[in-house]
Amino acid sequence: MDEPRRNLVRWLLGGGLSASLISFLYPAFKFMNPPDVPEASVNEVSAGKVQDLKPNTGKIVKFGSLPVLLVRTTETEWRAFSAVCTHLNCTVQYKESSHQMWCACHNGLYNLNGQVVSGPPPHPLEAYSVHIRGDEVVISRRA
Amino acid sequence: MAAVTEPPQQAGWFEERLGLASLRAFLAHKTVPVHAQTLWYYFGGITLFLFVIQVLTGTLLLLYYRPSPAEAYESVQFIMTRVQFGWLIRSIHSWSANLMILTAFVHMFSVVFLRAFRRPRELTWLSGVVLLGLALAFGFSGYLLPWNTISYFATKVGTDMAAAVPLVGRNLARFLRGGSDVGGATLTRFFGFHVAVLPGITTILLLTHLALVQKHGMSSPPRVLEEHRRTGGAIPQMPFFPNFFLRELMAWYGALGVLGAMAAIFPWELGVKADPFAPAPAGIRPEWYFLAPFYTLKLIPSHVWIFEGELIGLLGFALLALWWVALPFWAVNSQGVERTRWVTGAGVALVGYLATFSALGYWR
Repeated sequence: MDEPRRNLVRWLLGGGLSASLISFLYPAFKFMNPPDVPEASVNEVSAGKVQDLKPNTGKIVKFGSLPVLLVRTTETEWRAFSAVCTHLNCTVQYKESSHQMWCACHNGLYNLNGQVVSGPPPHPLEAYSVHIRGDEVVISRRA
Repeated sequence: MAAVTEPPQQAGWFEERLGLASLRAFLAHKTVPVHAQTLWYYFGGITLFLFVIQVLTGTLLLLYYRPSPAEAYESVQFIMTRVQFGWLIRSIHSWSANLMILTAFVHMFSVVFLRAFRRPRELTWLSGVVLLGLALAFGFSGYLLPWNTISYFATKVGTDMAAAVPLVGRNLARFLRGGSDVGGATLTRFFGFHVAVLPGITTILLLTHLALVQKHGMSSPPRVLEEHRRTGGAIPQMPFFPNFFLRELMAWYGALGVLGAMAAIFPWELGVKADPFAPAPAGIRPEWYFLAPFYTLKLIPSHVWIFEGELIGLLGFALLALWWVALPFWAVNSQGVERTRWVTGAGVALVGYLATFSALGYWR
């Protein structure tokens, strides 16, 4: 006779306790999850003057919140790629001696088309478009 | 009428309130086995001592450190150049962290080779391995705090490895970074982990670990037990207090001497301030205790069959860690016979892997 009542009380107490615990933990977990902070979408940035970058050199350009590697391969040819290595997120650099893009973290190598030449990167680098407007170098997202 | 109370007596006052007699009695009965391997018992205590140094110097650093990308590097620079003894406190904090991880590894492998994880000490082993994991987490989170180039890229790589975990990886990396990439939010988070979350968890686990060591006493190696069983004599014991305690105290002095010398002769460098828009510098590598996985990741090709190499590496590390944590459970077969050779082989293989790959990661 008493047993069902005891069970009911146990369930009520246990359920109440669990519900309170969840009600404490849920906001705590939600709090730890960082909110989305929308950033202004950037489609085009100026990378400086043509004469600032010599042939066979590269430089990192701020493209919104992302680093982009701009490479002047010859007097007239320019290329730009995402500078974020597709392996583990390090920032790549241009290697003048081998005309390749190199990630110093785990020795990943990319050619000037962004394709992986050697090392652990699993994917090519994302390519960007480069235009010359007057004497200004402009990098833009590819459509 | 006011109640009349006994005037306090020198020894009795504390005795009445704290019951120190039971503690004295406990210490008088606690013993430590004496044999050829007793030396290895000291490494757990040295690790604890270095942890206390970490807490003390970390608390001092908190007085000046500022956890924001604009101020973190400059505040550490201020500590090292303007605050009196700041260079020494910071240097001791960094060296002590490294020595603590080293002694924790020595302690762990001595437990393996002396078979101290045997029944009923499985939970002592588990709590110890988790404590070592927490020490590595302390190292990883603390590494970012000076906000220099090397620490910035180490954090990028480390948190991106978390992103490779199937299903939850993206959310896990986002949780660790406090956003989509390593930045100011990551620094604030890592600071919070380093000075509040990790110390809280570590304190609870450390007390559990010490309580378990206390409950089960010091383990004697099976070989020593067997020798004494054959000769019919008991293993000689040394009183914990004062005999072992004073020896341990000398070991702590030794550790303090090494620590002070390292901090004074080789002050910890600050490096160059992190620039999120600079390429990763040539010759970049993590702290020595992460060199083995770092070099392994370098060797794994971009794709293994249909899987990305990064995922294979992560899976390999996870399985290795799980296998190691479960050591006391596979170290005996279903008949309860110890797999002595397997355990020694596993220990030697792991030491060999860590030493070889760390050396390769450092030199190549």
